[in-house]
Amino acid sequence: MGAQEIIASFNTEALKSDLPRMDVGDTINVHARIVEGEKERIQIFAGVLISRKGKGMEEMITVRRVTDNQGVERMWPINSPMIAKFEVVRRADSRRAKLYFLRDRVGKSRRLRDRRRGMKHVEGQKTIG
Amino acid sequence: MALTLVGKKIGMTRVFSEDGKRSIPVTVLDMTPSVVTQVRTVETDGYSAVQLGWGELKPRNSTMPQIGHDAKAGTTPKRTHTESRMAEDEAGGFELGQLVGLDTLDGVAYVDVIGTSKGKGFQGGIKRHGFKGQQATHGVERKHRSPGSIGGHGNNAGKAGRIKKGKKMAGRMGDVRVTARSLDVIRIDAERHLLLVKGPVPGANGGTVMVRPAIRLNRSKGKKVSS
Repeated sequence: MGAQEIIASFNTEALKSDLPRMDVGDTINVHARIVEGEKERIQIFAGVLISRKGKGMEEMITVRRVTDNQGVERMWPINSPMIAKFEVVRRADSRRAKLYFLRDRVGKSRRLRDRRRGMKHVEGQKTIG
Repeated sequence: MALTLVGKKIGMTRVFSEDGKRSIPVTVLDMTPSVVTQVRTVETDGYSAVQLGWGELKPRNSTMPQIGHDAKAGTTPKRTHTESRMAEDEAGGFELGQLVGLDTLDGVAYVDVIGTSKGKGFQGGIKRHGFKGQQATHGVERKHRSPGSIGGHGNNAGKAGRIKKGKKMAGRMGDVRVTARSLDVIRIDAERHLLLVKGPVPGANGGTVMVRPAIRLNRSKGKKVSS
């Protein structure tokens, strides 16, 4: 067994198998588990997925949302047990792997093209949405 | 003293804690069992110790003395040999050819990991010794990272006209034996002979490392063990 397989083998049971398909640009809801003392509740963080990086257990996602004109970005390990669920709300078309340019955008230009409208029709290929 | 085992650094990953709250960075170490290749006694060697051989080596890459030495323990020639000093009655408990592995670390919470750090080449004083360097502005020209005066006295009193021995300067950095002390043992996989310790260990992936139960704990870790 190679070194990388040994390292990966420690995480087989921790890797999530029920992840929805999430691409950069999609608007997602992250259901984060918040533990306060004994009690536990779910907090939903809704925003645009602007970055996915790393592989396997190391994969991180960055979600950006704007509230009261204040941009907020949060990062999570995608396989963290502290995340109960991911929900994809809206799919969007993105030509880039990282949408850091959204940080400088204000107003309407902050919106991303919807995948349904943006996709060109290709014969035989099913459009998503 | 306890036995020092030999192994190989495989690489790093992360595991989540039991409650899922924390992500723990871990280094995976391959601790394939070592073979006892010699038991040194006061009578014959002047000191008592246990010698371990670890790592496979092709016979054609090894010398006749080496093959003969390890053959006495009934094993193939080994790549690395290490000795652990211990009291004679303790060392007497080991037999030639006996396999020792992670079972010796049962119940051990903290370990020291010894490795050879990555070579950094010829480096200046700032990187090598943590010098502050000079100012960026205020008239400093072309000397921003220079070490400054290195003194010219040789002794503490004054005027020997030479530089003191051991003066910290630029030079070769890294590729030295480094001990990472008191690392948390996160998991022991006895079946596959793998050890997970918290945090990084010295050296590159694939490098040889030595692991022993921690010989000295800092205060907070000492408290955890006693309680």
